Amino acid sequence: MIAEDLACQELVELVTDYLEGALAPCRRARFEQHLAACPFCVTYVEQIRQIITTASAVAPQRLSPAAQQRLLRAFRGWHSLEPPPPHESG
Amino acid sequence: MEATEQRSESTATIDSQSDAEAASTACLGGDKALVEALRSGCEASFAVLIDRHQASMLRVAEFYVADRAAAEDVVQETWMAVIRGIDRFDGRSSIKTWMFRILTNRAKTMGQRAARVVPVSAILGGAAAEDCAVDPARFFDARHPQWPGHWCNPPTAWALGPDDQVATNEAIEVVLLAITGLPAMQRTVITLRDVECWTSREVCIALALTETNQRVLLHRARSRVRRRLEQHEDEAADRLEA
Repeated sequence: MIAEDLACQELVELVTDYLEGALAPCRRARFEQHLAACPFCVTYVEQIRQIITTASAVAPQRLSPAAQQRLLRAFRGWHSLEPPPPHESG
Repeated sequence: MEATEQRSESTATIDSQSDAEAASTACLGGDKALVEALRSGCEASFAVLIDRHQASMLRVAEFYVADRAAAEDVVQETWMAVIRGIDRFDGRSSIKTWMFRILTNRAKTMGQRAARVVPVSAILGGAAAEDCAVDPARFFDARHPQWPGHWCNPPTAWALGPDDQVATNEAIEVVLLAITGLPAMQRTVITLRDVECWTSREVCIALALTETNQRVLLHRARSRVRRRLEQHEDEAADRLEA
């Protein structure tokens, strides 16, 4: 291993920065050089990707029908009210 | 669009045919159609908005305020402000961004009132052992002559299923449990980013985090969830061997 090579222990702390595209070009290059030579770290990065894929398959939380009905009842009242003074415009 | 304009005169009920059409048009037509429908008082469009955002709104509100009840108050106030202010929404941002800006402003105000705003530095500071992505014992010592800081106990690829691109129900269950058990800020960030697929920018704005702090929280969250799934996979492999 050459002196300025990234250690595996450092790489695992940079995975998120890497996946988020937040590594400076030189660090990104070192990251990718390490991956090219280290199948263990390839597995590690793959596992983080699997976590992201799996998390995206978690069903989003839904409001209970009763709570939704309460909001919809309130909606009828709000909509007939005069708008508040102007602020928070988008 | 046509459906929403047609029904602007009548009273909205979620069961009516035209309302259902309006809502589905609003869903498909994106923000513009949704906003038109809301302005006309279309209740089904409001139901669409609730369905899409209520859970995330509560999550973001809980990031700022003392408890669930206070968060629910903030969300309720936000919905009212959204409905009453919808005529002033000018479409420069997405309706989601606009709504969450209102929510965040209110939640911050209430959080300050309750003196509950925790400085992020208090959460990010100090690198405790559990904040390491991987147990340091799995790497060779920094003084190792040949492999300092390299794996001595490397990860093994998971057999998550026939197709790794599709998560199995079991893995989903483990990941969900792991997320539920995370410290609050990490849980909020990973849920918005990875479960609800928000962009980092959306998360930073809604939670008033810098990009760096958002990444630190996301990193710790993903690392912990990976450790939890690894533990699960190792146990499953042991059972197979036994």
